[in-house]
Amino acid sequence: MAMQTPAPCDYSRATSVDDAIGQLQALGGNARILAGGHSLIPMMKLRLSNPGHLIDINPLEPELNYIRQQGNEIHIGAMTRHRNILESDLLARTFPHIFAEAEAVLADPVVRNRGTIGGSLCQSDPAEDLSGVVVALKGIAVVRGPDGERTIDMDEFHVGPYMTAVQSTEMLTEVRFPIQAGHGSAHEKVERRAGDFAIVAASAALSIQGGTIRSAGVACSAVGPTTMHIKRAEEMLIGKAPSEQLFAQAGEMAKADVEPSNDGRGPADYKRHVAGVLTTRALSRAAATALR
Amino acid sequence: MLVSMSINGQAYSHDVEPRLLLVHYIRENAELHGTHWGCDTSNCGICVVLMDGEPIKSCTTLAAMADGHEITTVEGLPAADGTLDPIQQGFHEMHALQCGFCTPGMMVTGRWLIDKHPNPTQMTEHEIREAISGGLCRCTGYNNIIKAIRWAAAYEANAAGRR
Repeated sequence: MAMQTPAPCDYSRATSVDDAIGQLQALGGNARILAGGHSLIPMMKLRLSNPGHLIDINPLEPELNYIRQQGNEIHIGAMTRHRNILESDLLARTFPHIFAEAEAVLADPVVRNRGTIGGSLCQSDPAEDLSGVVVALKGIAVVRGPDGERTIDMDEFHVGPYMTAVQSTEMLTEVRFPIQAGHGSAHEKVERRAGDFAIVAASAALSIQGGTIRSAGVACSAVGPTTMHIKRAEEMLIGKAPSEQLFAQAGEMAKADVEPSNDGRGPADYKRHVAGVLTTRALSRAAATALR
Repeated sequence: MLVSMSINGQAYSHDVEPRLLLVHYIRENAELHGTHWGCDTSNCGICVVLMDGEPIKSCTTLAAMADGHEITTVEGLPAADGTLDPIQQGFHEMHALQCGFCTPGMMVTGRWLIDKHPNPTQMTEHEIREAISGGLCRCTGYNNIIKAIRWAAAYEANAAGRR
């Protein structure tokens, strides 16, 4: 058979989240959760991931594909497909326009039919778009394991490239986002060709009330070992009046704080420059939306 | 493991390895060679088939994941009497292929776009380009593929008008 076929592995389907966790426990760290498969299957073909067993959670889609408001939060189920996020009116109303902007440039429509938010986050690819959005919006990951549920801050979630804080007997079930008044957000991406991973991407979210920035979220993708959270820029923005000068200053901080490397997508100094420009642009557009 | 699915309305069932990709199941087990196998990295869109009416990349889906689902391949497009589907006729009329390698994925994706669009004759160029952006064509420069999809949409609207 062909070269690009995954190594032999076993396969089973989950009948519920608890069943999936039970199977993970029984298989003792040798198993991986299979959702859309659009990150995991390519990783298996390349032998970068070699699970002995796949637990297919596609049968749990009715339970885990949802986008809903709960009190002052938006909850997105782990099996929610990229297409559902792109087309969600609730997300477009609540977080204009970061989800739609990021999803529109994430892979292509056919991949978005299958790929899930849970898969995107658990793949922990530093160049992936949606992770930057989740960091900028201060998303919280909900993870379930044998001992019940726990929540993980995005700063702790992505441990390194392709590594997360989700343990071998746990699975991501939901991502929660705090709703904020006066919200505006944007996603900026430079890519080599349509649907590719980013050369650099920047995600920005602002809450502006009474002419003052009350909260800020800034993240850059593809310029470090994980999605880069530009905390210094966030702290600098809070309490100030939005202005182009201020956003240029935040861009300078992003430019200084990212950790890009030289690769086929470009030299590090170029990526550093682009990170600064895209951060400024994303913040300007986020502010324009918030002040509409 | 036993995998069963419907492909173009016909039931198939085989004992396969869990790692078997859907594209290989379709080509080697079901012996339907219309679906092509290209980049194997979900970039080129040549292996696109419909699963329960939605386009998916069959090189990045395990056959096991299609168990119990309905698959439509390019062989499922023509009518029972062999009359080409309008999308196929459109590719013929507008010279939307040269080497033909990307064609099955493009035609299946085009069929889906026309079926899901509320007003297919009014599709914008951007909508068509976006819909087929998951596929790569090295021959046509895409323009004739876009014309072919438009041809099919117009043909179907005319046919509906005549009825």
